[in-house]
Amino acid sequence: MKNRISFKMDVRAYTLIIALLLIFVVFTILTNGDFISSRNIANLSRQMTVIGILAVGMTLIIVAGHIDLSVGSLLGLTGGIAAILQVWYGWSTLPVIIVTVLAGVVLGLWQGWWVAYKGVPAFIVTLGGMMIFRGILLGISGGQTVAPMSESFRVIGQSYIPYLIGYILTAVFIVFAFLMVGRKRKRRQKLDLALKPASLDYGTMVVVAVLITLFVYMLNRYQGIPVPLLILLVIAGIFVFISKNTTFGRHIYAIGGNQEAAKLSGINIKRNVLSVFVIMGALSAIAGIVLTSRLNAGTVGAGQMYELDAIAAVVIGGTSLMGGVGTIVGSILGALIMASIDNGMSMMNVAPFWQYIVKGLILILAVWLDISSKKKNAL
Amino acid sequence: MSILEMRGITKEFPGVKALDNVNFKVSKGEIHALCGENGAGKSTLMKVLSGVYPHGTYDGKILINGKEQSFQTIRDSENAGVTIIYQELALVKDMTIAENIFLGNEPKSKGLLDWDTMFKEANVWLKKVGLSIDSSEKVSNLGIGQQQLIEIAKALSKKCDIIIMDEPTAALAEGEVDILMGILNQLRREGITVIYISHKLKEVMKISDQVTVLRDGQTIGTRQTKETDENGIISMMVGRELKDLFPYQDNRTNDVILELRNYSFFKQKRIPITKNISLKLHKGEVLGIGGLMGAGRTELATSLFGGYEGKGDGSVLIDGKSYEVKGPKEAIDRGLAYVSEDRKRYGLVLGMDVAQNTTLASLGKISSLSFINQEQETVETEKFNAKMRVKTPSIETKVMTLSGGNQQKVVLSKWLMSGPKILILDEPTRGIDVGAKQEIYKLINELTEQGVGIIMISSELPELLGMSDRVLVMADKKVMGELSKEEANQEAILKLATGGEEHEKPH
Ligand SMILES: Nc1ncnc2c1ncn2[C@@H]1O[C@H](COP(=O)(O)OP(=O)(O)OP(=O)(O)O)[C@@H](O)[C@H]1O
Ligand SMILES: [Mg+2]
Repeated sequence: MKNRISFKMDVRAYTLIIALLLIFVVFTILTNGDFISSRNIANLSRQMTVIGILAVGMTLIIVAGHIDLSVGSLLGLTGGIAAILQVWYGWSTLPVIIVTVLAGVVLGLWQGWWVAYKGVPAFIVTLGGMMIFRGILLGISGGQTVAPMSESFRVIGQSYIPYLIGYILTAVFIVFAFLMVGRKRKRRQKLDLALKPASLDYGTMVVVAVLITLFVYMLNRYQGIPVPLLILLVIAGIFVFISKNTTFGRHIYAIGGNQEAAKLSGINIKRNVLSVFVIMGALSAIAGIVLTSRLNAGTVGAGQMYELDAIAAVVIGGTSLMGGVGTIVGSILGALIMASIDNGMSMMNVAPFWQYIVKGLILILAVWLDISSKKKNAL
Repeated sequence: MSILEMRGITKEFPGVKALDNVNFKVSKGEIHALCGENGAGKSTLMKVLSGVYPHGTYDGKILINGKEQSFQTIRDSENAGVTIIYQELALVKDMTIAENIFLGNEPKSKGLLDWDTMFKEANVWLKKVGLSIDSSEKVSNLGIGQQQLIEIAKALSKKCDIIIMDEPTAALAEGEVDILMGILNQLRREGITVIYISHKLKEVMKISDQVTVLRDGQTIGTRQTKETDENGIISMMVGRELKDLFPYQDNRTNDVILELRNYSFFKQKRIPITKNISLKLHKGEVLGIGGLMGAGRTELATSLFGGYEGKGDGSVLIDGKSYEVKGPKEAIDRGLAYVSEDRKRYGLVLGMDVAQNTTLASLGKISSLSFINQEQETVETEKFNAKMRVKTPSIETKVMTLSGGNQQKVVLSKWLMSGPKILILDEPTRGIDVGAKQEIYKLINELTEQGVGIIMISSELPELLGMSDRVLVMADKKVMGELSKEEANQEAILKLATGGEEHEKPH
């Protein structure tokens, strides 16, 4: 009886993975196998990084019961700042990164302050931010494309991890993951908590390990693991941990779930909401750096509409817009689904307008599936 | 012949068998009480009956007037003459009373809403439930008790044969309960059948014709109310005799732990929500606070706990040291804990699990450098679950799916875990079964033995009289008087509560 409960909770993650596999299979057939060529897998994983990084922050924002419409502009502006500092002022890469991320933090503080301390709805503040940041970008860049970036800056978005190191990282990760699963099982056993059958837990891990190895092998056959993908994975890993294992993470979920109860439990709503926006600002800046590096330029239009992609990814990943519910892993899978559709359809030379239509439909479909499965579970 | 018969109803949720082959028979025109401990399955049985859980999601048969029914929606059951008033209030807060009463049945003329008729008719129903408010008032401006009466008005307006009331009096003050009893008698005269769920056995004895008891999802039996008594029902409910519902112990000391001197609090700097309150609470003492709905008791508690934005006046001393109302965090740090009367709104994060709710106010205790120690979290939660006898499939169950009484226990666990020196209980036993009530009273004793000072706000006079060392009575945001254990009785309390200013209309 206990087993059934915990199995149910994972259904959503499985649905996402199955949906993803389905999309992969369809595109692979439609593109005669080109879709899963090493080169395309590398492309795809590079393409998803920017939205993926945004989706991590957006998950926290939405779980806390807010929304951020400004991330596209924020990303554009911070990416532009990075390009201007390097190209026009000749700064070297490290200081550029530090100052850019700080700029993201400051802009996040600005928005978070309005939302948390002044009580202006996040929708409005960030809608304003969306225009303001784009405006500032236009102003400081004079509408020009700022290029080219230095060699070292391009490493961030364009380079690859050497094969051997890639494999070593993979091996370390897999061993670590197995140890974690074992530890978790032991702990749950000790505490007499619901435990999935060992075969299921380890079976899943074996499948995941095989998939990861295969994935890395594919990437290595091309040029190796893209550095931006690694950045995304590290960020996602950190925030998965934070959301599950820290008081800050717990507070965010509680605030989104029931703000008044959270407040009366002694949780500082204002400070936590502010922090979430600061994190979003910092992550947007990192995404901006990655994008500027990949494009090798800062452009005025960079990041336009990215906020919508990020929100869509988060929602597809199962986060509730009502707040309180959602996972970062889900959002990353959501981002991957969105990127796969973009990528696959471009490979098939489908006109761009179709991409919008299909993505929109997928979004609605995903949420509908989610809602109807919830209904069934409740009864 | 019976108007309603439920045969062999079995309903399972993931991990829980909420109903196990339940049989339930109701005769026409009677008031049939349904009793049982928290989590016994009362609400679930009624949700099956009213189509909340559609036909096919449970096993068994529902017969109304001998005809088998298969409700797919609540609408279907309403069409068959069944109306339910849920345990949890289900009003749209931002709408007017009239809109709520006619939600889904709005009177129309020429396809447009007919507001005049709506307000007029709504006023009639309001009168019927003894409320003298205008139906154009917004629901959010009403207290819980008044909202409950609105729910009843809404159900009555639907003109049905069977009305289900799931703990309608849990949030009602004494006077309002009398109104409800009047309504129930009226319904009986009109030949309407009422299924009445309540943990207040006095009411059950007074009003019902028959009583059916559930325990652990099974029917224990049905009795004529005349032929049984409170103890009889209790022993059917808990499977044993329960002696001494109020196990009062005198643990008073002379050390003052909390003192208020001319304490007033102003919301948004201007609106006073408490006026010039002075009181002393001693270690190990239970200070009861009585009064009518809207007397300002909850507001006093919430303001002390820092739940409002605003400004305090006068002085508050905790353990002899001055305490300035800043916010809940500071209050908790100074050893205050506040179990609010509205658990869904102020007590629980419904989407979180039992463990996460239990530890929410004490995360600092189970974490270091803000990393949560999950192991410790589990151990602590299990400890409190055992102590409070929370009935849940696992500590990873979302509190949303727990029965009302068990949710209340989780809120209590949460505040016990914070290790308070001063515990403010606001209607602590609302919606809790007798067995659990007694456990909570024993818990109060245990805490006062350890020197915790307890402020207990309660609208249940027996509880107030049975457990308090002293009773303060409030009205119109002020303290009207203080009664010692010896002086305190029903009349004295009511006199103070209604004395002074005549009828204070709750805002
Ligand atoms: N949606 C749900 N999902 C899972 N379990 C549920 C759900 N609803 C109720 N339960 C479980 O079914 C059992 C019966 O609950 P129910 O609400 O009917 O109890 P009750 O007799 O009304 O108790 P109370 O007096 O506390 O209101 C409980 O163990 C509860 O946890
Ligand atoms: Mg119930």
